[in-house]
Amino acid sequence: MCGTCGCGEGEMAINGHRHATEAVAGHTHAPGTSQARMVQIEKDIFAKNDGYAARNRRHFAAEQVLALNLVSSPGAGKTTLLTQTIVGMQASRPIAVIEGDQQTSRDAERIRATGAPTVQINTGKGCHLDAHMVGHALDRLTLTHGGLLFIENVGNLVCPAAFDLGEAHKVVILSVTEGEDKPLKYPDMFHAADLMILNKIDLLPHVNFDVEQCIAYARQVHPGIEVLPLSATRSDGMTVWYAWLDRAARARHESSEKPPVDKSARRQPTDRLSSEA
Amino acid sequence: MHEMSLCEGVLQVIEAEARAQHFLRVRRVRLEVGALACVEPEAMHFSFDAVTRGTLAQGAKLEIIRVAGEAWCLSCARAVSVDRRYENCPDCGSVLLQLTGGEELKIKSLEVE
Repeated sequence: MCGTCGCGEGEMAINGHRHATEAVAGHTHAPGTSQARMVQIEKDIFAKNDGYAARNRRHFAAEQVLALNLVSSPGAGKTTLLTQTIVGMQASRPIAVIEGDQQTSRDAERIRATGAPTVQINTGKGCHLDAHMVGHALDRLTLTHGGLLFIENVGNLVCPAAFDLGEAHKVVILSVTEGEDKPLKYPDMFHAADLMILNKIDLLPHVNFDVEQCIAYARQVHPGIEVLPLSATRSDGMTVWYAWLDRAARARHESSEKPPVDKSARRQPTDRLSSEA
Repeated sequence: MHEMSLCEGVLQVIEAEARAQHFLRVRRVRLEVGALACVEPEAMHFSFDAVTRGTLAQGAKLEIIRVAGEAWCLSCARAVSVDRRYENCPDCGSVLLQLTGGEELKIKSLEVE
């Protein structure tokens, strides 16, 4: 059992350290001694995750760190985008990384080769990172004041949409080797993300991908979503991405002078609308 | 299959309530699920049975109450119902819709003994 919060997390492991699994309490049914009754609960199922997310968010605010949750399908180029970003930006901003994968530390090793502090979370059978796992990873990661933290989620366009990790923004990465209609097929993710990166644009001459149509689909799902086309391998558009990060980091610093906003409120009926719509 | 971890979350809430409200067994769990919540009811049923095996909620019936998606159309200035996130207003076709309901994922009540 985890000494920090008492959790038993099954197959989840951080930097290869596995949490011991604690058996769930068995039922102690005393037949014939009890009577059926109703218990009103009214509890949000995400409340526990959102509590950990709020804690992570307070930590980021205290350190004035801009935390981004990178989500995509497997193979869209998250890790390459990260290694290139670290190489391009590390001189101006300290960068740390939390890597999420079901198995192996291969991606963490790629990131560590750039010199950025990296913690690997293996989710085991899990299909997404949750705020609790990220909280544990943060225990092993020293954040530099005013820096950036990239949380590379498990490659999956479905489940990570539902879990707030405490990030300032979800950034969804879609590569042009995928279908341009992915925003319609996986609307929850494109709805949850504030920025869509269209990666691998160097391959556009070789693939059948309509950029304008893809952006139109993304804005149909989320009218306010920002879009950055780039190629992480050929460096096209990377300076625009760095400028976006700088802008987001400045906005983060300004907002952290005020009390941090509890993003669990996002689940309340207040969808953003953009003037661009 | 994040429904599996959601069901683990449901079970944790139930176990905490069992200690607080002194019950030993759960017969029925009523769950409110919005049409726009990232949850598939079939997967919830499947995961619930798997997660509750060997616990105080083993064999409990999971009852899912669907809540319709609802939005405020800025053009019509009235509430309309929507089934998906990217739907236009069913009346005027506008995309300027503000979601007002249908993202719920909440345990409403338990039938316990």
